[in-house]
Amino acid sequence: MNRSFVLRNPSILVFLALLAFFTLAVTALSEGFGVALISTSFVKTLGKTLCLALVAVAMDLVWGYCGILSLGHFAFFGLGGYMIGMWLMYERTRGIVEASLAEAPIPPTPQEVVDAIGNQIFGVVGSSEFPLVWAFADSLVLQLLLVVILPGLLALVFGWLAFRSRVTGVYLSILTQAMTLALSLYLFQNDSGLRGNNGLSGLQNLPGLDAVPQAVVSIWFLWASALALGLGYLLAAWLVSGKFGSVVRGIRDNEARVRFLGYSVESYKLVIFTLTAMIAGIAGALYYPQAGIINPAEIAPIASIYLAVWVAIGGRGRLYGAVIGAVFVSLVSTWFTGGQAPDVNLGFYTVKWVDWWLIVLGLSFVLVTLFAPKGIGGLFDLIAARRGPDRHGDDLGPDQGSLREKEAVE
Amino acid sequence: MTELKGQLLEVSGVSVTFDGFRAINNLSFSIGPAEMRAIIGPNGAGKTTFMDIVTGKTRPDEGHVLWGEKSINLIGMNEARIAQAGIGRKFQRPTVFEDQSVYDNLLMAVKNARGPFSVLLYRPSFKDRGRVEQLASEIGLAEEIHRKSGELSHGQKQWLEIGMLLAQEPRLLLVDEPAAGMTLAEREQTTDILVEAAKTRAVVVVEHDMEFVRRLNCKVTVLHEGSVLAEGSLDHVTANQQVIDVYLGR
Ligand SMILES: Nc1ncnc2c1ncn2[C@@H]1O[C@H](COP(=O)(O)OP(=O)(O)OP(=O)(O)O)[C@@H](O)[C@H]1O
Ligand SMILES: [Mg+2]
Repeated sequence: MNRSFVLRNPSILVFLALLAFFTLAVTALSEGFGVALISTSFVKTLGKTLCLALVAVAMDLVWGYCGILSLGHFAFFGLGGYMIGMWLMYERTRGIVEASLAEAPIPPTPQEVVDAIGNQIFGVVGSSEFPLVWAFADSLVLQLLLVVILPGLLALVFGWLAFRSRVTGVYLSILTQAMTLALSLYLFQNDSGLRGNNGLSGLQNLPGLDAVPQAVVSIWFLWASALALGLGYLLAAWLVSGKFGSVVRGIRDNEARVRFLGYSVESYKLVIFTLTAMIAGIAGALYYPQAGIINPAEIAPIASIYLAVWVAIGGRGRLYGAVIGAVFVSLVSTWFTGGQAPDVNLGFYTVKWVDWWLIVLGLSFVLVTLFAPKGIGGLFDLIAARRGPDRHGDDLGPDQGSLREKEAVE
Repeated sequence: MTELKGQLLEVSGVSVTFDGFRAINNLSFSIGPAEMRAIIGPNGAGKTTFMDIVTGKTRPDEGHVLWGEKSINLIGMNEARIAQAGIGRKFQRPTVFEDQSVYDNLLMAVKNARGPFSVLLYRPSFKDRGRVEQLASEIGLAEEIHRKSGELSHGQKQWLEIGMLLAQEPRLLLVDEPAAGMTLAEREQTTDILVEAAKTRAVVVVEHDMEFVRRLNCKVTVLHEGSVLAEGSLDHVTANQQVIDVYLGR
């Protein structure tokens, strides 16, 4: 069955092939495994971009297919990052602490080790006690489970409350913004237990693997990110094909009609919302070890808005559109804000891209929304000459074939 | 509850008010398990609102809506549960999923488990595919089965929606103005389908077109200002002076 599903959607094969080719090419050009044409930091940028593409696929599922404009999915992304970051930081600090205590004449008790780790980690926020949220930080397995469970649970509770009371449209978007804002403000506090505005840092160092250079680690993460993106893409493509996809797109286009067919719209929305939150969590867990640091600013409301912008520019309602949008916009954005783009001297004014980039991005968002609602992905339709009907607007009404008048005369 | 015996749907003393405007006023209505009924009445009489109440879209201020042998109260149940209980509805304006093919529209409607997880693992069985094809030819869309339904003509969309309604295999069909925008031949075939359906289930048809109603050859209920003005055969109600005054005479 799965075979025919992929065969029915050739774009999946094309996508997976391109992804595999990209990953192999970067590996071959990398410092760690290849001819060192691409710097390690750029490999990390590319790996992070793949994670952003994965969260964009999730966003496309929830918005492009199900019609829920969630402006809070970066909260789930960030939570995934925090969950893996806690283990990375704890274990690495433990390694350092144990090494230094080993010098001491009397071997330290386990409690002394834990206290010393606490001191190291929470010194910046004037504390040394482990807060309750760190209860599982010493277990990689549990923290990995939390990467999906915590965002999933938050989405489940939030979605249940919102969908049950039939909050839709812009009100739902505002609610999701409020959620991510509240979460980020909470994490900013020192007593949230996650080091306040310092966030978690040093995440690029894998515990116990100090001997492995970052050039190699970066390729590991590139492959892991590519694998996650490939699997996430397959999962999303499978979800939206078949009857489940029909129902979900039906909800986007006319949710009342779906209800009268006997489908519980709320449960479908909840499934999609929760599942995409979990995917976002996984994407975040792969992103932040490559970024090296996570802090509450990462889940500021604007981050989730960017996510929607990527998907809109790439073309929502098609999975490769979301990937194109995320990759294209985030890479271009890195280029402009990284100071690589040459300033443009207009004589009377010098355009500094670092300042102007956001305005260009905002403008292209508006232009795409107005003039190319299918986004960059829509270009593929021109090639395939595949044109869908315009879903918006009223019916043309009875055409000339309707003989109502004539009939009345008879 | 003995008086409910033999009735599939029993609406009694229902009223609903929108911002102080009484759209449905102490309405009572009942229909048997295999009966055809036409509802006529001037614009704004509350015909569509009546369907909204039965299907759970609008919650009445007072009254009862009882369903089936067990006389389950439908008020307070959500739309999806009511649809699952066996009430299907066709809207006044054709509403099909225009982005999807005729096949997908029909397959979505075919009676099957409706929960997200069973739908996720659902693969169309040979029987279901056959059912979809059979329905498509019944509604004259066999040739268009893989076209997007947004590309269909107005009349064809009406047909598709009727097909989706039949695919649900409901025990009660609520059909709001099915013939609007159809050719004479199409109207006749619509009548045939509805009459056929009414042999095994209850069918309520709202229609302004008197010729269409005549062809249905069934009991007629006249609604006016949210309550029943007259009920009986078409000849009986059209002879009623009040009905002539508020509806036919205009
Ligand atoms: N949601 C609503 N809010 C406010 N008023 C409403 C609402 N729904 C219906 N009404 C009003 O209730 C009255 C009955 O409307 P309804 O649509 O049921 O009429 P109808 O008999 O179906 O008419 P038509 O033949 O034009 O379809 C109308 O005056 C309408 O304006
Ligand atoms: Mg109406």
